Amino acid sequence: MGFERFGTVSFTTETKAADFINYLEKGQVSATRCKKCGRVYFPPRVQCADDLTTEVEWTSLSESGTLLTFTQVNYGPSGFENDTPYTLAVVEFDEGIRVFGRLDKTIPSGDIKVGMKLRAERLNLAEGKISYQFVKA
Amino acid sequence: MEKDVAIVGVGQSAFVRGSDMAVRELCFLAFSEALEGLKLKSNQIEASIICSAPEYDKQRSPAGVIAEYLNLIPNPTMYVETVCSSSTTGLRVGYSLIKSGLHNVVAVIGFQKMSELSSRDAAERMGRGGDIIWESPFGLTMPAGYAMYARAHMAAYGTTEEQMAKVRVKNSSYGSLNAKAVYRKILTLEEIMQSEPVTTPFKRFDCCANADGASCIILASKGVAEKLTGKPVWIMGLGSATDSTSMSGRKVLTGLSCAKNAAKQAYDMAGIGPEDIDVAEVHDCFTISEILAYEDLGFAGPGEGPKLIDEKQTYLDGKIPVNVDGGLLSKGHPIGATGGSQVRTIVKQLRGEGKDIQVKKATIGLVHNIGGVGIYGNVTILGR
Ligand SMILES: [Zn+2]
Repeated sequence: MGFERFGTVSFTTETKAADFINYLEKGQVSATRCKKCGRVYFPPRVQCADDLTTEVEWTSLSESGTLLTFTQVNYGPSGFENDTPYTLAVVEFDEGIRVFGRLDKTIPSGDIKVGMKLRAERLNLAEGKISYQFVKA
Repeated sequence: MEKDVAIVGVGQSAFVRGSDMAVRELCFLAFSEALEGLKLKSNQIEASIICSAPEYDKQRSPAGVIAEYLNLIPNPTMYVETVCSSSTTGLRVGYSLIKSGLHNVVAVIGFQKMSELSSRDAAERMGRGGDIIWESPFGLTMPAGYAMYARAHMAAYGTTEEQMAKVRVKNSSYGSLNAKAVYRKILTLEEIMQSEPVTTPFKRFDCCANADGASCIILASKGVAEKLTGKPVWIMGLGSATDSTSMSGRKVLTGLSCAKNAAKQAYDMAGIGPEDIDVAEVHDCFTISEILAYEDLGFAGPGEGPKLIDEKQTYLDGKIPVNVDGGLLSKGHPIGATGGSQVRTIVKQLRGEGKDIQVKKATIGLVHNIGGVGIYGNVTILGR
């Protein structure tokens, strides 16, 4: 329980990676690192299939990242009808970790350029839901 | 090349919008075309592999129902799924069943009846194609996933929306000749460029349409194949690879790693290279997908795919003709049936039955079939 708070429409209520939300509450978008092999996982997970271990630790992303790609979506799936248009993006953070998410809606579309610097910040949604978005660094 | 597993029959239904037939009836159309001219009865087919994307099916476990309807029982049947590449994954399984000596004749049947769902239900399914824990909550769609590849390619290589539109111009010109295609209108560059934005940089005509339809491939061992047909088409190379479902997990955004890996395996198995391919069917679910395929398959170097379409090298009389049946962009995309339809086009080319889209002296052909936004990649090389 608890993970249904993540995102505009959620499909999952249970995950052992639900601590992600607790870090998000504190304003941090976090990845996990396997304590055995050191691999950093995003999306985060608390099980490393290389080492068959659950010995992982949470680690925050670097302060800013680089926009790799984006698209402005005009037709959304069920539950997103009133949300369009919105811009999806992949951002690479300094440790080589790539994070998928949305761009801040207040960034004018003419300003959005591959290569621009962004950072991830907490986003409070309606009805107590929570997410993150990329804002200009 | 090893000649031990052959394709002896191929068929497909017309791909249409809102079919008035049941799924099993669509499968019958593909099955009967595949058996045309073969002295082969249903009960001589030793196993069947049924392929579709289950989230669009009303019938639970469709393999049994389809095997029953086509009189393929009591022989074994099974269901195989890798979304849009399901039927070439089925081909891979069928190849293995024959190569292992377990069976001599296998049918691979792919289908999808997208219109079984209301548009509301379809929109709900659309939201669950990505990683449902981490990415679907942001409203990720399949067109958006490919659009992000398009944007990354544009940023890296200067690829333009006009160059993408040129893929649709080509494919629509061949689609107009394909009686089984859902979209047969010839489109101009201007019409494509001016169509409404869907998910930037894609406009409506950069995207293929959903459709209802079925496809069928009949596979046979060497001994049986040569008795059944004078024109067997041999499976020379098979490649198959998987990439992360999450966009976060993608290491490369300017090409599909699953396709690149699958192509290498298929070329190695066939003992040939991209320069040996006479005709290709590639998974053009979006215009950029065809350009990425040129590069991932080695028809063009990294970033040089757009040049290939600029120079019309993928037209019928070009260096490497691609999607001369109109591609998914014209035929429509009934998920589970699509790979089988691509295989059918290449088999007809290699048999010299391509009629007005026949590539001269085609002896080796390639099929590139992708599941999801570059999750599953299957590359198949066929020869006569
Ligand atoms: Zn590990």
